[in-house]
Amino acid sequence: MVDHTTPKATPFGAMTGHRDGAFRWWRELCLRSEGVRGYTLLSPTLILMALSIGVPLLLLFVVSFWTQHLLDFTPGFVFDNYITFAEKQSFQKLLWRSIKISGFVTILTVLLAYPMAYFIAFRVKKNKLMWIILITVPFWTSYLLRVFAWKIILGYNGVINSGLSSMGWIEAPLEFLLYNPFAVVITLAHAWAAFAILPIYVSLEKIDRSLLEAATDLGDGPALRFFRVTLPLSMAGVVAASLLVFIPTVGDYVTPALLGGPKGLMIGNLIQLQFAKANNWPFGAALSVISLMSITLIVCAFLWFTKRVRTQGL
Amino acid sequence: MSARAKEVRFGTLGIYAVTYLAFVYIPVLFLPLFSFNDSTFIAFPLKGFTFQWYIEALESDRLLGSLFNSVKVAVPVAILSTILGTLAAKAVTRYRMPGKTPVVSFIMAPLVVPGIIVGIALLVIATTVGVELSLFTIAIAHLPPCTAFSMWIMISRLEGFDQSLEEASRDLSEGAWMTFWRVTFPLIIPGIVASLLLTFTISFDEFILAFFLSGSEPTLPVYMWSRLRFPAKLPPVLALGSMILISSFVVVYFAEWFRRRGAHVETSSGV
Repeated sequence: MVDHTTPKATPFGAMTGHRDGAFRWWRELCLRSEGVRGYTLLSPTLILMALSIGVPLLLLFVVSFWTQHLLDFTPGFVFDNYITFAEKQSFQKLLWRSIKISGFVTILTVLLAYPMAYFIAFRVKKNKLMWIILITVPFWTSYLLRVFAWKIILGYNGVINSGLSSMGWIEAPLEFLLYNPFAVVITLAHAWAAFAILPIYVSLEKIDRSLLEAATDLGDGPALRFFRVTLPLSMAGVVAASLLVFIPTVGDYVTPALLGGPKGLMIGNLIQLQFAKANNWPFGAALSVISLMSITLIVCAFLWFTKRVRTQGL
Repeated sequence: MSARAKEVRFGTLGIYAVTYLAFVYIPVLFLPLFSFNDSTFIAFPLKGFTFQWYIEALESDRLLGSLFNSVKVAVPVAILSTILGTLAAKAVTRYRMPGKTPVVSFIMAPLVVPGIIVGIALLVIATTVGVELSLFTIAIAHLPPCTAFSMWIMISRLEGFDQSLEEASRDLSEGAWMTFWRVTFPLIIPGIVASLLLTFTISFDEFILAFFLSGSEPTLPVYMWSRLRFPAKLPPVLALGSMILISSFVVVYFAEWFRRRGAHVETSSGV
């Protein structure tokens, strides 16, 4: 507790003497409680987040119960939009497809990234940062252009088709490369690679090397040591990487729009449509709420599952 | 020399690493390749070498205008989000606060809510309240994710140095602000530079939020999107993209040079 009679007991005490009462009260509250000081520093950020994420998402939730008549919204509390979604199988399929595509992307990205992160963390002795920079530099190119690059590769007159035909292996360009879920998966796996490598690398880098030595001394071979020590200790990074890739890609709009074709469209495209041509904002809001809830459910299930595996084994 | 020889023997994992780098780099390198191709069609075979697209890019008012718009958004966003992120990171790492975990998760939320949903949520609120869409609304949309990234970087930087230095400063009766400016700030400068660079890049490159929230002035990604739909008008965009890629190489190189120089000063003054 701060003693009110001896202001010199604290570094600020001497300074607060000439300030007004309210200010002194605040200063002393700050001195007494770390929590108050912490939240004072946090408050601008918290206000920003509340106003630019919290309030808009709440309003989106409210609007999802409204209806649209021509150009105007009808405020209210009806479940029309949700009923439309429940009745239209094509919409549900689109959401399910988005989740499947993102799931594949996540697995592919993490599986490809893990050995790379492992390599930097354990094999590279000098210039680790150089390797990290080397990997991240391509991601300084515009996201749109990176996605477009795959159109150049997979396209009708693209790299693969012209390469194969110049070698005489095919007579007509392969059309199945572009405009399908496969093209979306590979493009997203490329576009989000850095988001998977960095968290896995950080978690591998944090592993105490003496634990690995201990495992070796106790007779574990390299493979056993990897599965019993390294992999479990880096699971936090794997989980973070999975979430960082999965969550944003479910709602991705650009890649399916450019490379997906009709069979590769995702929920993001349907949502965007409601705000453009279809001009049904409340239904778009409902679709967003449904997507967000599905994502949250999947993420919670995933976290629960990984936690269970970590504490109890499979 | 022997250490270097050791490093060359990568083994299977090394071969994988090089293959992976090829996977990451090759698609991106097609962009500069086609920016020099003398054809409006982005397809093989290559037609010939030209600087035409670079000249067109530098002469296009709309292209340069959108580039300038992106900078106008990204610079204030980078500065503001780094300030907010630094303050938040300091609060989180230095003070024991009740309910810290949910609060931190809340601040990190913009990283895990799909951009399209945040974009339409902001569009709905801007329309309801009657705010006109402009570069300002784009900047507002960019602040939360940038602040979250900045906080992430600054937390790792603040956790990385010896807290007793700050305690020593306070024991020597420096106030909280003086301690921050004279002890903490110099130590976290590399983190601040990294945060400014990253947040600038994120905002500069962000598409989906800007797509929903731009008014009459498009940012560069929004302008690019309109060109991607008409491939014949794309080569100048590729030229600009290549120029941006090269300038980011230069920026990263200088950031690294700056960091190493800083590290050198730190160690030599420590002896």
